[in-house]
Amino acid sequence: MNNPASPSQTPMSFFLTKEAMNRVRRRKAADLRLRLYGLVAIGLAVAMLATLFVSLIMTGYPSFVQTHVTLDVYLDPADIEADSPETGNYRAVIKESLLTLFPEVKNPRQQRALQGLISNGAQYMLRDEVTANPRLIGQTVSLKVPATDMVDQLHKGVISRQLPEDQRKISDQQIAWYDALAASGRITAPFNWALFFNSDSRFPELAGLKGAIAGSFYALAVCFLISFPAGIAAAIYLEEFAARNKITDFIEVNINNLAAIPSVVFGLLGLALFLQFMGLPRSAPLVGGIVLSLMTLPTIIIATRVALKAVPPSIREAALGLGASRQQVVFHHVLPLSLPGVMTGAIIGLARALGETAPLLLIGMNAFITSDPGGLMDPATALPTQIFIWADSPERGFAARTSAAILVLIGFLLVMNITAIILRQRFERKW
Amino acid sequence: MFITTLLCLLALSMASFFLFNARARALAVGASSRLHSLPSYHGAYVALRVALPSIAFLLIWSLCQQPLIDRLVMSSLPAEATIGMDKGALDLILSEIKTVADGRIFGEPSPTILAAAEQYKEWRQLGQYALFAGGLGIAFVALYLAHRKLAVEFRARQRVERIVSGLMIFCSLVAILTTLGIVFSLLFEAYRFFELVPWHEFFFGLNWEPQIPLRADQVAGLGAFGAIPVFTGTLLIAVVAILVAGPIGLFSAIYLVEYAEPKTRAVIKPTLEILSGIPTVVYGFFAVLVVAPAITAFGQRLGIEMAPNSALAAGLVMGIMIVPFISSLSDDAIRAVPQAMRDGAYALGATKAETIVSVLLPAALPGIVGGFLLAISRAIGETMIVVMAAGLIANLTANPFEAVTTVTVQIVTLLIGDTEFDSPKTLAAFALGLVLFAVTLCLNVIALRIVRKYREMYE
Repeated sequence: MNNPASPSQTPMSFFLTKEAMNRVRRRKAADLRLRLYGLVAIGLAVAMLATLFVSLIMTGYPSFVQTHVTLDVYLDPADIEADSPETGNYRAVIKESLLTLFPEVKNPRQQRALQGLISNGAQYMLRDEVTANPRLIGQTVSLKVPATDMVDQLHKGVISRQLPEDQRKISDQQIAWYDALAASGRITAPFNWALFFNSDSRFPELAGLKGAIAGSFYALAVCFLISFPAGIAAAIYLEEFAARNKITDFIEVNINNLAAIPSVVFGLLGLALFLQFMGLPRSAPLVGGIVLSLMTLPTIIIATRVALKAVPPSIREAALGLGASRQQVVFHHVLPLSLPGVMTGAIIGLARALGETAPLLLIGMNAFITSDPGGLMDPATALPTQIFIWADSPERGFAARTSAAILVLIGFLLVMNITAIILRQRFERKW
Repeated sequence: MFITTLLCLLALSMASFFLFNARARALAVGASSRLHSLPSYHGAYVALRVALPSIAFLLIWSLCQQPLIDRLVMSSLPAEATIGMDKGALDLILSEIKTVADGRIFGEPSPTILAAAEQYKEWRQLGQYALFAGGLGIAFVALYLAHRKLAVEFRARQRVERIVSGLMIFCSLVAILTTLGIVFSLLFEAYRFFELVPWHEFFFGLNWEPQIPLRADQVAGLGAFGAIPVFTGTLLIAVVAILVAGPIGLFSAIYLVEYAEPKTRAVIKPTLEILSGIPTVVYGFFAVLVVAPAITAFGQRLGIEMAPNSALAAGLVMGIMIVPFISSLSDDAIRAVPQAMRDGAYALGATKAETIVSVLLPAALPGIVGGFLLAISRAIGETMIVVMAAGLIANLTANPFEAVTTVTVQIVTLLIGDTEFDSPKTLAAFALGLVLFAVTLCLNVIALRIVRKYREMYE
């Protein structure tokens, strides 16, 4: 302090020298640089997020419409018998209706190529329609059938006409037919309800998410039924009743670690314990739900504990003072007051479970299943595993379907998270 | 039958609640002294006593029934039909019996199989009846025992609370049971693997080709199980991910805590958090659809030879995924540094950047390191991105432009499709899982300990 050379005695001119000014400028520049690094980092992260969404929407949105071809189908009684409409030769009927549009096509190979414009599923759609309404037999009906994947891609501009013929799946002749159909107004692209109401299929134009949505619903229902009550009970015990000792410490460390174990390890547990040891069926939403519930449990426990902690002690003391037992305090007062927070945590945990893929792959929920599951024990897929299956499929149309399925999945996640946010904002009490 | 029995039991339990609620009330009217507990506690006591043991029986029985019946059926087969057969052949017979019992008969099963299928159906039917009868029987016995306790002075509330406490304790033990389940199932299967393949070959071998038999006299007879290239591949991708996520996460946390206006922060922080809410399968598809082609095209322009499923693409996307991890943990760590330390630095004339670099970051270092460790553990255990975007073939290289495989990719590819539990191929996945579990557990424990210790330092 009494050092005569202390900075307080430095003459003012010291700060005005050129070096000093440069130093200040450099220091300020360094400050600006750090600020810029931060902005660039945030910019990169946000740009990646934007790229992710834009690319998914760009590839996915065409899948929400599906190219259809309108055919005038004469339901020939020679092909379809009135007393057993489900066994009729619908393939021939569809073929005939195409040939009447293009009578010049005689060569069988060319006829097959012409048939290639129409989805293989058309005959089954027609069969279902006629079976439901057999009086149609003998009449001519106008029917919208899905076009095959390649026509769909051509219509949406994904396949370029400029490509040489040998580099695309669709031939020049087929493009000419398509143009003729389009010119006569027979090509339409209505909203693709099949995406939501069909189950999986080998043909992209027929594949839908119904089975996957049902499978995810069942698995999440099981997950909720197990992890919600168990999670709340565990959280109440640990937060309100447990004595602070080695055992509860151990349980707590355990719960925190469980939250950080890679999800694929839970899949291994499900495979070894539930499938191999207990002999539960493969691909079943029940097993998927149990595995997901074990993963969701820590999330719900942690969220519930936070919500319970937020209830002020005065509530507990007042209830105790009026003669309530400790359990009555918790179940009659503390838990109801913290319920919005608990529900928020549960919804967020379920949303995370909905997007979880790896454990479901290991217990076989990635099978190719063309019917939707009727119950908890039926083989099923889930939304994320369906995305995985489609992403692996080589057909062009599945790339778009995958993006569309992702958009559907993200839509569900968005709804769940927004519900959680609203719940928190509307009902959570500030003390 | 399970659902029916469960519904019956729940209905019975509910009915007994209302019945005993009413009876306790009636008891109170005529009695000279007051009821010890509220009538609803009398009802709840009986309802819990009815429901809990019978539902526990239901669960245990339906879990044990299948293995029990399988064993019974197999032992009922005549000895000459199964003589000299190994486990695989026996399993085949069992599944044939089951398909025949379900009525799906292919070809012409032998008379022994047909007889066994009949037997199987009979036992299964019997098991179903036993489930129903046992569940209801236990419920009624419990009802009778509980009903005798109904009295004015019966301490029903205490009994109910004791049962509820027991249930809550059981639920908190589920976490421990899950960990135990994981540890034991991994240890058990990994042990069987190391019986087939020596552990030093697994941990130090340089050749990972589980699908292809290399030489006939090989211990496993199925392939090579040297996991070193798998481990290095995992590390390579994790390193790329951290190199991407580390700077982005740390710098954005610094900006958000020290520079950003509260309003900007309120917008940007949740936006970054979205990155961690996106399912990983979506990132995987994004990597395949956008990032990998872009990187390959970029590499071609620079004249670098690049695999379409390069470690770079997978690591990059994984890096994006763990940005919010690093940024929010660093954010917490920097914000936890006491304001006094900032004020001290400013008072000495330090600029913001100088304060951050020489005061805040050193002070927050343990928290930041903890965050990085958690992020590394995340990156090592991440599955879907690498399953979709990384390679399948083990490749011992440190070149991020080549395709490498990871532990999680191998686990998934070894277990998708067939799961014969006695081939070393399947069991190898459990050995890898054990390594993965052990490594991530260590990283988590260390990270959590560092973070907690550091937090205590300033509190």
